[in-house]
Amino acid sequence: MSPDQILEVDRLTMRFGGIVAVQDLSFAAERKKITALIGPNGAGKTTVFNCITGFYRPSGGAIRLTHDGKVIALERLNDFRIAKQAKVARTFQNIRLFPGMTALENLMVAQHNALMRASGFTFLGLIGAPGYRDAEKCAIDLATDWLKRVNLLDRADDAAGNFAYGDQRRLEIARAMCTEPALLCLDEPAAGLNARESAALSELLLSIRDELGTSILLIEHDMSVVMEISDHIVVMDHGVKIAEGSPREVRDDPKVIAAYLGTDEEEAVAVMESGS
Amino acid sequence: MRVKTPSINTAKAPSGIPALLKTAGFNALIALVLFSLMVGVRTEAGSDGQLTYWTRFGEVASLVAAVFGGSIVIELLKQWIGPTGAEKLVPPAVQSGMSFLGRYLAPALLIFTLLVPVIFYDQRYILDLAILVLTYVMLGWGLNVVVGLAGLLDLGYVAFYAVGAYSYALLATNFGWSFWICLPLAGILAAFWGVLLGFPVLRLRGDYLAIVTLAFGEIIRLVIINWQELTGGPNGVSSIPRPSFFGIPLDNSDNGLAARLGIEYSPTHRIVFLFYLILALALLTNWVTIRLRRLPIGRAWEALREDEVACRALGINTTTTKLTAFATGAMFGGFAGAFFATRQGFISPESFTFQESALVLAIVVLGGMGSQLGVALAALAMIGGFELFRSLESYRMLVFGMAMVLIMIWRPRGLIGHRAPTVYLTKAHAISSDLVKEGHG
Repeated sequence: MSPDQILEVDRLTMRFGGIVAVQDLSFAAERKKITALIGPNGAGKTTVFNCITGFYRPSGGAIRLTHDGKVIALERLNDFRIAKQAKVARTFQNIRLFPGMTALENLMVAQHNALMRASGFTFLGLIGAPGYRDAEKCAIDLATDWLKRVNLLDRADDAAGNFAYGDQRRLEIARAMCTEPALLCLDEPAAGLNARESAALSELLLSIRDELGTSILLIEHDMSVVMEISDHIVVMDHGVKIAEGSPREVRDDPKVIAAYLGTDEEEAVAVMESGS
Repeated sequence: MRVKTPSINTAKAPSGIPALLKTAGFNALIALVLFSLMVGVRTEAGSDGQLTYWTRFGEVASLVAAVFGGSIVIELLKQWIGPTGAEKLVPPAVQSGMSFLGRYLAPALLIFTLLVPVIFYDQRYILDLAILVLTYVMLGWGLNVVVGLAGLLDLGYVAFYAVGAYSYALLATNFGWSFWICLPLAGILAAFWGVLLGFPVLRLRGDYLAIVTLAFGEIIRLVIINWQELTGGPNGVSSIPRPSFFGIPLDNSDNGLAARLGIEYSPTHRIVFLFYLILALALLTNWVTIRLRRLPIGRAWEALREDEVACRALGINTTTTKLTAFATGAMFGGFAGAFFATRQGFISPESFTFQESALVLAIVVLGGMGSQLGVALAALAMIGGFELFRSLESYRMLVFGMAMVLIMIWRPRGLIGHRAPTVYLTKAHAISSDLVKEGHG
């Protein structure tokens, strides 16, 4: 394993009863790069995501995360420990914000573990210790910074459930980033966005990679986004990897075009067009 | 083609007299089916134990006629007012006026509560009622942590009330420990039982959680009834020591508080002391809950209510978060139980039935889940209102039930349904209850 890999998926297999959703999948994500996982609907992309982020326990194979010189076996950790200890943050295909809480509160909840330590596991915070107040101020500053980055600062005190769809997507990314992750996993971040919002999203993801050095793994159907920002693309179909490489290589791969043509003609055309 | 069942849209569609009569006739038919057995046939055990019965068709006829007439009146009212809805029933001017009132309501209520023993010093009945209301306010605030904030539906809250009461009663009668030592112990023991309950129900959600907590409440009660050596079984624990004013007894003796202060002894002193004691305990519950909401643990509770999966994706340990919610709520229940034991001087399992759990849960739901002021108002309305209707005698439950139904139609998310944010950058806007989730368990 080369030292610049943050995530290594090694012969991952996931079975649900008799159905094999993912079979012997191996790929790696490089540090400070954007890796995309694409494939037709039902290819098993979200299953891979759920295995990496601990929502499923894989039937076989290994998932290794290298962070701060330590190698962590993700397949053995509980879901919340993956976010807490391995510093993997994720967003969801169907947005999962806390709708009854304000945008700022959403970002504060994301900093739960750091704030819990600062509040002396509630006891120091309850008596109003100054150390906790400083920590809370820092947390609000970090949240404010992220609200600025995703262009939602003026709506900080509004309930997240009231936000427009695109704003909710961006807020969810900001919330994931407030956990200060080493690896950010995005499940279809551009779904339901219009062209302008997609462009803004690409810009945001590139700035996360370039300014903060966070590695990104994303599932995406919007080929314009994938081809524009990805450093490396893994293509899946029916639970197995069919191709891998740079956007250019994947675009010209006949197997990829066939897979998309076989299931969804429009998307195959989109793949070819974005290459021309 | 003939449509047999009346359409659901009757209220919306401007319907003529035939449709009106059809709806009323259908309702009358349901009433006939229901009442023909419930009211129409009266059975009683005769003198030799044999079953005697007689029919009361006149009563059935009058009830069905009342339903028929009532349906017509309601349908006419619906057409007159338009489609009924909470917004329609309460004009916006009244709603904005109420929010203005709401800002000053809490401090005004607190000042009034502090003055209750002064104003009603001679009225023992009102003081006793006020203590009862405050006990339920405290229980409501305690359960609010579990149900309102963390969104975990707990139908067995009375178990912790019982654990607190029995902890104090047994510690005080067996070891002679004072109230002020036993109070924290009662809270700790109740919190311990809260964690014990928490473990098996962690994986359950919604209805399943409700059933298991309900069972837990019953188990505690049955254990108390059957463990006779420890708890005295159905006979309960009697001659529980009364609380002392930090070591000084509140009685007629020479070193009682009255004698030391050089004033004439009156049994009201103890009532007033109990009043301020439960007020202090309730305010402590309130203060801790308000502070906890603004701490990371409180935000995690609310986040858990909103979306548990997202919480886990953010690295929040949902297991410990749920357990702390159970433990915190149980601890306040335990405090209230210890107070209950010292106030009554006698406790038995009969005080800790499911009805108590249901009453406290009703207070939380009626008040608006998560709202501290709402819970206090609901406790006042439920306990005080129940006393208010005492003169109606056997119709008390009927009137009370109807009042509750009307309140829930008027305010489906409780008296105070909106949620106040715990942190803000520029200005705290109240969050509409439509967005706030109830939690899935």
